[in-house]
Amino acid sequence: MNKHVMDEAIGETRLDRNTQGVIGKGVDRYEGKLKVSGKAPYAYEHLIGEKVAYGYVVTAPIGRAKVKSIDAMAAQSLAGVLTVVSGDEVLHSSAQPLSPAVPAMKGEILHYNQPVALVVAESFEIARQAAKLVKVEYEAKEGHYEIESRRGTGRATEEGPMPADTKRGDFEKAFAAAEVQFDQTYRTPSYQAAAMEPHASVAKWDGDQLTIWSSCQLLDLNVQQIANGIGVDPSKVRLLSPYIGGGFGSKLGIGPDAVLAALGAKAVGRPVKLALTRQNVFQATSRRGETIQRVRIGTTKDGKITCFGHESETANAEGEGFFEPSGISTVFLYPGEDRLVTHRVITTDVLTASACRAPGEATGMLATESALDELAERFGMDPVAFRKMNEPEKDPQEDLPFSSRRLLDCIDEGARRFNWADRPSKPAARREGEWLIGYGMSSASRANSLMASSAEIEMSPEGRAIVKTSMTDIGTGTYTILQQIAAEMLGLPLDHVDVLLGDTSLPESSGSGGSWGANSAGSSVYVAAEALIEEFAKRLGVEAETLTLKDGHAISGNRQIPFAEILNGDTIKVQGKIEPGDTSSNTNQASYGAHFAEVAVNATTGETRVRRLLTVGTAGRILNMKTATSQCYGGQIWGIGYALEEELVVDPRSGLIVNHDLAEYHVPVHADVPKLDVVLLEDRDPHASPLAGKGIGELAIAGVGAAINNAIYNATGARIRSYPITMDKLLSHLPDEVGEAA
Amino acid sequence: MKLKINGIEHELDIDTRTSLLDACRDHLGFTGSKKGCDHGQCGACTMLVNGRRINSCLTLAVMHEGDEITTIEGIGQPDKLHPMQEAFLHHDGFQCGYCTPGQIVSAVGMLGEVKDNWPSHASDNVTGDANLSSDEIRERMSGNICRCSAYPNIVDAIESASAKMKETA
Repeated sequence: MNKHVMDEAIGETRLDRNTQGVIGKGVDRYEGKLKVSGKAPYAYEHLIGEKVAYGYVVTAPIGRAKVKSIDAMAAQSLAGVLTVVSGDEVLHSSAQPLSPAVPAMKGEILHYNQPVALVVAESFEIARQAAKLVKVEYEAKEGHYEIESRRGTGRATEEGPMPADTKRGDFEKAFAAAEVQFDQTYRTPSYQAAAMEPHASVAKWDGDQLTIWSSCQLLDLNVQQIANGIGVDPSKVRLLSPYIGGGFGSKLGIGPDAVLAALGAKAVGRPVKLALTRQNVFQATSRRGETIQRVRIGTTKDGKITCFGHESETANAEGEGFFEPSGISTVFLYPGEDRLVTHRVITTDVLTASACRAPGEATGMLATESALDELAERFGMDPVAFRKMNEPEKDPQEDLPFSSRRLLDCIDEGARRFNWADRPSKPAARREGEWLIGYGMSSASRANSLMASSAEIEMSPEGRAIVKTSMTDIGTGTYTILQQIAAEMLGLPLDHVDVLLGDTSLPESSGSGGSWGANSAGSSVYVAAEALIEEFAKRLGVEAETLTLKDGHAISGNRQIPFAEILNGDTIKVQGKIEPGDTSSNTNQASYGAHFAEVAVNATTGETRVRRLLTVGTAGRILNMKTATSQCYGGQIWGIGYALEEELVVDPRSGLIVNHDLAEYHVPVHADVPKLDVVLLEDRDPHASPLAGKGIGELAIAGVGAAINNAIYNATGARIRSYPITMDKLLSHLPDEVGEAA
Repeated sequence: MKLKINGIEHELDIDTRTSLLDACRDHLGFTGSKKGCDHGQCGACTMLVNGRRINSCLTLAVMHEGDEITTIEGIGQPDKLHPMQEAFLHHDGFQCGYCTPGQIVSAVGMLGEVKDNWPSHASDNVTGDANLSSDEIRERMSGNICRCSAYPNIVDAIESASAKMKETA
């Protein structure tokens, strides 16, 4: 296999030359026609026309307990019921993304409405009815369902997405000595990813070989989890996930459906289809943990930051090491010689907390970017000027150079486009009828990572290419950008390149997560394409660098040779692999951006409407301007949700997630979202990958809620430090004269 | 029983508790309509029944003998897309694609409602001619959730398709 290890910055590449003219272009999605006509099959929609059975999950209506007995007699007696699967191997929640381990229940109820059994029946309707007939006896245990009363009891874990503690110098001493001290605590609630496609699996056994279609983001890890869950060797399992109805981290680990469907199918001797209900998704997959974040910043009397502390407490279940890494951006985004970033996990008996879109930045920057606004206010400075004055020249934690950091360009460009100069200089100073108007801004950043990934390119004798990799497309545009990279590198029209994804029988890939997908899987296609070009050069007896490829022809000197002639009837298959290398450790890599928001807050009711929202971002080379922009809209709108609407509410008495569906857990709808603006600046990061691109999927959510919060402060003078900023929180803080409505 | 879907009658023998959505997805192979919540909260299952949009998860199949049912498959096919589908494709009015059939069917149904001057919460008055401002589109499409949040592009797509459909009408 041809391998490229990212040990040094990449020079000029065929992507820079852009000879075919397709890289970066906002072309329509490769699989778009299938999606708009309902022809793209998602996990549940396989095996149409085959004789299948249907599953329905039995859940435990108790927060913490031991299972004493399960009586499936009445359920089994119902006509049409094929079997009831229960036992230690049932997963109580989704698996974590960081290891092949699976969360088997082992006789315990660890959180309210966790799965305990599966009914398999001839029809969905019968399975659903029978699920209510399964009698489970519990021995109740004491449970803890909130973190507020247990502050200070958190664990420092080693299994998180970053070290629990990142320190430099002596923060406490520096803070105590600082000329100006800022010390505030912010709260973010628990959140649900709530992807539109509920987790689903279709399992089919052929002897001891399992084929399973399941909605998953990281297939090469997930296939191991499924194998572990059912106790077989991973070589016996083929996992397919060609189309995924959204993931946002909630499908990084397998859902409980995969193992249940496989066990059910084994038991009844025919394929089983199982889609989790929306209520199961909210209560039996995973969630983002709630946080309490203390932000302490020491500055000089002129506003220069000298030390930075960000201490987070979050929740997870007993034994779970994952934590919401709220300080992930703080480590490199803000200056300060003395630094303290910590994370502690308080144990609760609530659904497993795990990764959700931009783990860390999405919650941490709600706190830190509000804190910066508060500090700027204290110095009577414009928040833009305050940020510009506190821009570090190098990574303040490790003293590493930034691979590329254009944060200030984003802020300047945003301020200009937004007409930031028009911002009301004092809070609660602008009123239009019953609406108070305010502007707010924030920075955005998202740490960049490159993962090992591989791909194959197969070229037919006619000169058509097929890209194959186990990579997934969760709506991010993977199909399309891989097609564009292959077409640009190989000099092929787009319609001469096909892409096969989402199958563990294809070359192993990074999967989709952490915004690394495009860079990692894309680079593997780049490497494979380079190898294919080498083969062309060898056949033509020239050096690969001298070859120009365009429209299915190789141009060398004054010769122009069609690919079919070079291939001479052969099919060529080449594989390429990318691996992270020294540039990951000798540069600090992140994508950057800035958000600008205008809100209108109703002077009487406290209702907030976002009127304008602009994000300016840089993320290295943009591979497809259209799909990249769409990703940013997604981040902005999640930011609206986090600022104003979303909150998973847990009943502290029982552990029940109260708002466990889309009627009660409020995600933004059309009417909540104004026309949005996204501007992506021209950029290239040669340290990040051969593509010179960086992650973008999670950039735009980072900080956007804080920009809205800061705008609410500017509109009303009310500073809310507990998200979401709902009417009840704002009402008592609205300016006095507001009572006498216009 | 019989269900007439996209102009063709299908013979079915199903549990009376089967929703129209499940009848299509589990029994007839029309998997274009999606199940996102099964409670009428998300709109992914939107179909047209006698030209009007409904949440097909909230109605039983047995209630629709004799009705004209249109699913996304009846709106257009990959090689012959409806102007609304074309517009969603070109404006990138989707990402993961799961809510998309519901958004598109809903948009087609919504244009019919506007044409018949049904008012909405965003309308200036309830008796006059309905217009298709972007605020009207946002209000009328709010029963269709898109978690990828393609909303800005969906609004653009609907505006562009509506203009095109008027031209060719």
